[in-house]
Amino acid sequence: MILQVEGISKRFGGLQALMRVTFDLPEGQILGLIGPNGAGKTTLFNVINGVYPPNEGRVSFRNKDVTGMKPYNLARLGIARSHQIVRPLNELSVRENVMVGSCFGRENQNLGEAAKTSNEVLAFVGLAERADQLASSLNIAQKKRLELARALASRPYLLLLDEVLAGLNSSEIDTMIETIRLIRTQGVTIIMIEHVMHAVMNISDRIIVLDYGQQIAEGTPVEIARNERVIEAYLGDPKLAERLLQHKQ
Amino acid sequence: MEILAFVVDGLLLGFVYGIAAMGLTLIWGVMNVINLSHGPIIALGSFGVYLLFTSIGMNPYLALVLVAIAGLLVGMLVYAIAIHRVINAPHLSTLLATFSINMIIIGLGTALFTTTPRTVNYSLGSLTAGPVTVLGTRLVAALAATLVTGLLYLFLYRTTLGKYVRAVANNRSAAELMGIPSSRILAFSFGLGTMLAAIAGGLIATFFPFTILSGGVYELKSFVICVLGGLGNPLGALAGGLVLGAIEGIIPKFLPTTWVPVLEFLLFIIILLVRPSGLFGAKK
Amino acid sequence: MNAWRNPGIWLTLGVVAAFSVWPILTQKAASREVLFTMLLSVVLASSLNIILGYTGYVSFGHIVYFGLGGYVGLYMISSLKVTLWLAIIGGGLASALLAFLLGRAILRLRGAYFALATIGVNEAVRAFINNFKPFGGPIGISLNFNVYKDYGGATQSLWLAYYLLIAIALGSIVLSYVVKSSKFGLGLRAIREDEDAAEVMGVITPDVKTWAYVLSAILPGMVGVLFYFKNGNIEPGDAFRLHFSIELLVMVMLGGYGTVLGPVLGAAGYQRLRGFLLTSPLFKDIQLSVAGALLLLIILFIPAGAVGWIRHRVPVLRKVLP
Repeated sequence: MILQVEGISKRFGGLQALMRVTFDLPEGQILGLIGPNGAGKTTLFNVINGVYPPNEGRVSFRNKDVTGMKPYNLARLGIARSHQIVRPLNELSVRENVMVGSCFGRENQNLGEAAKTSNEVLAFVGLAERADQLASSLNIAQKKRLELARALASRPYLLLLDEVLAGLNSSEIDTMIETIRLIRTQGVTIIMIEHVMHAVMNISDRIIVLDYGQQIAEGTPVEIARNERVIEAYLGDPKLAERLLQHKQ
Repeated sequence: MEILAFVVDGLLLGFVYGIAAMGLTLIWGVMNVINLSHGPIIALGSFGVYLLFTSIGMNPYLALVLVAIAGLLVGMLVYAIAIHRVINAPHLSTLLATFSINMIIIGLGTALFTTTPRTVNYSLGSLTAGPVTVLGTRLVAALAATLVTGLLYLFLYRTTLGKYVRAVANNRSAAELMGIPSSRILAFSFGLGTMLAAIAGGLIATFFPFTILSGGVYELKSFVICVLGGLGNPLGALAGGLVLGAIEGIIPKFLPTTWVPVLEFLLFIIILLVRPSGLFGAKK
Repeated sequence: MNAWRNPGIWLTLGVVAAFSVWPILTQKAASREVLFTMLLSVVLASSLNIILGYTGYVSFGHIVYFGLGGYVGLYMISSLKVTLWLAIIGGGLASALLAFLLGRAILRLRGAYFALATIGVNEAVRAFINNFKPFGGPIGISLNFNVYKDYGGATQSLWLAYYLLIAIALGSIVLSYVVKSSKFGLGLRAIREDEDAAEVMGVITPDVKTWAYVLSAILPGMVGVLFYFKNGNIEPGDAFRLHFSIELLVMVMLGGYGTVLGPVLGAAGYQRLRGFLLTSPLFKDIQLSVAGALLLLIILFIPAGAVGWIRHRVPVLRKVLP
């Protein structure tokens, strides 16, 4: 188990954003995290990643209790994350953006090593020709790839992807899905928050569904697509779920 | 009982500090801009009253009304020239833009008026109530300050224009979507802030001698007060002004007056660190 | 470090060195004084740039480190009877220490709150020293004229201070460059762009910011000692002038924040402009206004400053203009 989340609850003033969320994540798995807007998915990422501590519960990463640790310490331990609304370091070049990831990530590389790593990673995500451009000059799909590249450059064990497909057109989505598959073959465990249903159903080994901060279902994509509570809370149409699964290659 | 006299005097002064700080906090609250030309505009307010008083013998409090209107117009002009273009840029831009106005005013002011201190020789005698004696001018200033505060709140909460100001302060994009011309409201709000600064300056002219550079001290006090009262909270600013005025009144009883600024700024830093939303709660 | 193969840094150092050497060659005290003011501004602006330009934290009251350094240095010379060299180190250390202690506290604040806090610090220190008897209270510290005898007399002392300033000025440019091209500097710039994202990527922001702040305080402390040594006396009213502190910001913005060359050009340019305005009969009274108008134009139209603008427009030059 690379990640163990036990009884995580988080309150913001009067709002209960997460209520006793619990799950285990085996190494090498791709876990999909779905649910309606406001269900608490990004909040869960924020708790795992150290942006805020939970009010209750524990997070263990590779058998170490990391509850409440700061994001920079977690990055050193091997947790990396992309954001729902991309956050490029605008006045730095694309390469420099990625180098920040490798310099301050798990391997704590020096500038020389980071330059090499960034070349590799940029080639992997297809941004190599833009390496010297300013990050602000990229379009949204390229910024998403930059966000992914930055996270990969820190050589994480666990990668948290927050709506990495949002705003992409259908061929861009297919490319990104392939990239994510490749990342998994390199041994990285992935949790994906997604709204693009056919993608997440296709690629995930397992899916957890959140609604109003609570886990309402957990299982394989097939099980989730047929789960009545999920259909009622989020998917809407039971036939739609079947069709999404048939989309699978 | 002597301490009471000091406190009362300080409180009366505090009303004027409060008005000045209200100007600063209003601008902060509506558009997230710290107006570094606050000090020179206070000084201009003082000069306005002085010039009207000495050249045509106008009653200072009447002159105050004209100075207030001038303050409003000057503020709107400053907004249009210096701030409009950079309102959405990072904070540093608006800080430096307002500071450049500060430099421009001080430069022109020193050239026009030199640095000889001016005084408005207007006295309203003094009033004694028991152990406490207060200068007439201080009392009237405090009353004027209360009146101005009242008018401000009436304006903000009972007029349509005031409602627009509050809307823009609350959520600029939403206000625009509802058809409120946000740039003009921002200009007007900035003008309101400078108007309050000018009024404070005019009142200060009736107590103390001043130069074009005098505003700086009150600007610093305004920062402290705004943080005390909560940035963006006008009533908080008035309350903060009173608190500061009272502190300034009491401290000299126990320590040499020169220690007052030390304590003021220590308080400032401590509040920023411990309760940045101020004693009375900031906006946003 | 292959960063040293960049011609830009050598060009910058070379030009500054060449200008600095000029008064020495001509032995003209007047040009030495002009260069002294310029080099002083170069040190202050380059140092401020570390916390402002690289890290993105707007320090409005940075002058406090200059004044504090000056005070500690003069105190050491006049009361503790130490040599200038030790005093310079003392001034630098004192400022570094203050920055370290403060840094932990006020660097937790962001944006305008941090800026206000730095103003508060400057005013608090000034007000405190105004009351501090060992530092002379409101009268300040005056150096006994005999002190200069230890350095070969008054004239020699002035030249000595100048030589030392050249060394420190070149050092400040080197420091700025080293920071910018290091991993530490990359972390700072990540913080400037997006502090929360930088944290997520592993930059240990509280430590990194504090060190940047300390580095930005040392050299101002050291040159504070030099300046007030030359001046012969220091008083609280002068040593912590907020206006001067803000003029430093103008210099950094004028030349281009976040670059090595920017603050250097900005400092030199601003001082040149000031000199011109002060001696011109037309402008001398409104020198501050002209400077203010210039600042406004820059903020409104070229916020990246001279060097920043060129780097944006002519990307090829980006490598050469560090």
